Amino acid sequence: MIALLLILIPFLTGLAAFFMREGKMARNWSLFSSLLTLLCIILLITNSVSASNASFDIAWLPFLGSRFTLAMTGMVKMLVLLNAIIYFIVFLATFKRAFIQPGRYFGLMLLMQAGMMGVFLAADGLVFYFFWELALVPAYFLCSQWGNEKRIQATFKFFVYTFIGSLLMLIGMIIMHGKTPDHSYALQSFMHANLSLTEENFLFWLFFIAFAIKMPLFPFHTWQPFAYEQSDTSITIVLSSVMVKMGLFAVLRWILPIFPHAAVSNSHLIIILGVISLLYASVIAVRQNDLKRLIAYSSIAHIGLMCAAIFSGTVPGMQGVMVQMFNHGIIVAGLWITAEVIETQYGTRKISELGGLAQKAPVLATLLMIMALGNIALPLTSAFVGEFLMFSGIFQYSIIIGAVALISIILSAIYTLNMVQNIFYGNTLPATQDATDINRNAKYAMIILTVLILFLGFYPQPLLQLVNDSVQGILSGLNFVLK
Amino acid sequence: MNALILSAAWGIILMFCSILVKNKKSFGYIAAFGLLTILIGNIADTYGMQITHYNIYPMLSLDRFGLLFNTIAILSTLIFVLLSTIEIRKTGKYQPEFYTLIFFVLCGITILTSYQNLLMLFLGIEILSIPLYILTGSDKKNLKSNEASLKYFLMGAFSTGIMLMGIALIYGGTGTFNLQPSTHSVVGTYHGISFLEITGLIILMCAMAFKASVAPFHFWAPDVYDGAPTPVTSFMATIVKAAAFIAFFKLCEVRVADTSAAINWKMIFSIMIVATLFIGNITAIFQQSVKRMLAYSSIAQAGFMMYAIFSLNDVAKEGLLYYALAYSLATIGLFATMSKMKDYTFEGYNGLAKKQPTLAATNAIFLLSLSGIPLTAGFFAKYYMLASVIKTGSNTWLVIVGVCFAAIAIYYYFRLIQSMYFKTGNPETLDEEITPFFKNSLIAVAVLIILLGAFPQLLLNWFYF
Repeated sequence: MIALLLILIPFLTGLAAFFMREGKMARNWSLFSSLLTLLCIILLITNSVSASNASFDIAWLPFLGSRFTLAMTGMVKMLVLLNAIIYFIVFLATFKRAFIQPGRYFGLMLLMQAGMMGVFLAADGLVFYFFWELALVPAYFLCSQWGNEKRIQATFKFFVYTFIGSLLMLIGMIIMHGKTPDHSYALQSFMHANLSLTEENFLFWLFFIAFAIKMPLFPFHTWQPFAYEQSDTSITIVLSSVMVKMGLFAVLRWILPIFPHAAVSNSHLIIILGVISLLYASVIAVRQNDLKRLIAYSSIAHIGLMCAAIFSGTVPGMQGVMVQMFNHGIIVAGLWITAEVIETQYGTRKISELGGLAQKAPVLATLLMIMALGNIALPLTSAFVGEFLMFSGIFQYSIIIGAVALISIILSAIYTLNMVQNIFYGNTLPATQDATDINRNAKYAMIILTVLILFLGFYPQPLLQLVNDSVQGILSGLNFVLK
Repeated sequence: MNALILSAAWGIILMFCSILVKNKKSFGYIAAFGLLTILIGNIADTYGMQITHYNIYPMLSLDRFGLLFNTIAILSTLIFVLLSTIEIRKTGKYQPEFYTLIFFVLCGITILTSYQNLLMLFLGIEILSIPLYILTGSDKKNLKSNEASLKYFLMGAFSTGIMLMGIALIYGGTGTFNLQPSTHSVVGTYHGISFLEITGLIILMCAMAFKASVAPFHFWAPDVYDGAPTPVTSFMATIVKAAAFIAFFKLCEVRVADTSAAINWKMIFSIMIVATLFIGNITAIFQQSVKRMLAYSSIAQAGFMMYAIFSLNDVAKEGLLYYALAYSLATIGLFATMSKMKDYTFEGYNGLAKKQPTLAATNAIFLLSLSGIPLTAGFFAKYYMLASVIKTGSNTWLVIVGVCFAAIAIYYYFRLIQSMYFKTGNPETLDEEITPFFKNSLIAVAVLIILLGAFPQLLLNWFYF
């Protein structure tokens, strides 16, 4: 039942928010809704409610063999938690901001949350597809209405890219439906489908392209920096912290267990694509002058690494990916919040126009520094655990690829520290002449993130334990193939 | 049978009702009431209750498929009439005759959904087409409307001639007008099928493709749809087109399998599909007028309906019904809203969301449905079409082509959403015509689309019981 609540709370509160004309009411309502969702998932993780609550199953489309099934694994719990936390943080950080048409903004935001919850929870192909698109449509409307000048084109590109991908996935789903023994869309039946190697390979690519576009992985990434740059930062936080995780998550839940042979035989190619994405995006990030574009490219780089680690098929690699999905979401949210604060307060995102902020805004500087260190994955920040595990996984797979991928650590230090240095140190420039410090709400949001980052950096065990069952499950399937 | 009798009767009643009824506003209500009785009559027919028991077997056969489509067509017509009464009142002074013609078209549709004999097919097509020629020109003082009418009439008459020739050739080959011939000629055959029959069938298919505006026989469609008065376009592009598809499907369902040894139907149909999708979608992108865009979009949607004719299996049969309803509802809604705009271009819609939030929101749902986004009826329509081809076991390439065009279609559908929501402007609407009744009807249609999108079994259970 809790699984259903996790979708229903944001969905219903979102619908209600559409009818609220007053900004104050809408934002209080959304903050309340996000808190409620967060409470639900915390209750579930801490085992305060019985485990039977974690799944839900009801007949939906009997003649198509599709049931409305939701199921939890450790990985799902972690991502649902991430989704809930990020929404809370976003609403908190932008609490004082006045949005135009607030009812519509908060309504769409909550609907998007419901869509993403559904994607993480669904254990039925058609339900998964439904939510996959339902997360996309509010994102389209959000990004097109709140953001910079070129937002309409940027969002349109984003939408068309992902829509083509998801239609390919739909074809894959329908073909899989025909191949399952009981003609159903259930995840369990997909795993028992009777596939020849060529079929499996074909289906693998139909699914993988959809997910690779969402991540985004190297040849499909071109929508992402443009969309992140042009849409409103509060929406970008959700896109880059949670929505891109949908791609990685889908690979872990809907590809590896279903097409293990194809995953193993294509792993080399995909790891190479992942490493290309990692290095290519890092190199571009070094040359960026726009704060939002820099973070966008850095995000592509991190996702590339995670994708490579998934296909390394090793225990540390897989553990690293799981942990890093969570950590990356939190760290990148912190970076975006800083970008938002800087943009709204100083009216510019150009790194070259900012300088000497550390004297004017010491709190902001300190908090951003911690986020930046997390982005480089310095020890004692949570990202270190994830990246260390992922690199060791890739090294186990191939020393050469691992060595090449390691270059990215240097690159990430270059662009991140460069950014910090240019923004916070040096001479104050006209734009930052009469700067003030970070506002209260954003500060609270950042402090929560900082605490999480440091805590998980010291003691990552709870997270690793949470996802342990997923890691074991996925790897046992793959190892079976390897032998 | 009920629907056939009732629609003919109501046609005649409305023809003469202007003698008794003088209030101009009441014709719309009379027509709506008439449609309601036909709808009830047809549903009663589905459950086996008939007005008369007359043996029509060799000519017509009422099966569940045809009856369910009748229900869909009558329901869509009812919605269409409710949404466009004001519009129809404006298109000329012969208001009752307008409704009369619509009832006659429905009469043709009921024949087309149940024919068992090629002569009945011909009769159905003619009863359907001739009122449409008149309706297209019903805006008598408008040159464009006249032009469209004449164009449609000339082309339509030509295609009817060709169809008749095809039927004659088939008769020459098989010696019967029955849809399913029992005897085959023994002389002059190719793979057991006589040459006359092969030629006749191909010609007949071309004529059907013309009626369904499938490429390469689509050339009449954009001009006629653009020139005709908006309510007529809405009716023609949805219900009539869907009925033509049902007739086409019925013909192919029987004749394709037994002649496939002689004719490579799969190839013919796949060329038609790709050409239709290509022409419809690519041309729609470049349109500046929403009406013309919808005209091309209807060609593109016909390309998707062709998938059902390509695969000809159970999934296709269900899917075609579902597609007909999903597509008709959304398109009727869009046309109805468009007729309340003064400017039919995309720019004319700029900022509609601010001025008329209800209209914009419902239109957004219609457009999402046409693009095939889940939770709208359009998704399952597309789903069924793709699934029907996948079920044939091969031809996955055709599905991938379709998917690419579906993504292209996003461009022009979402362009309208962008105009309504994200651009600023002051759209000129006919405010006095946007009554609360009109708004509520639009909302009802939108809700129906969403309900069908979440629970497609609402419709399809009717098919299975």
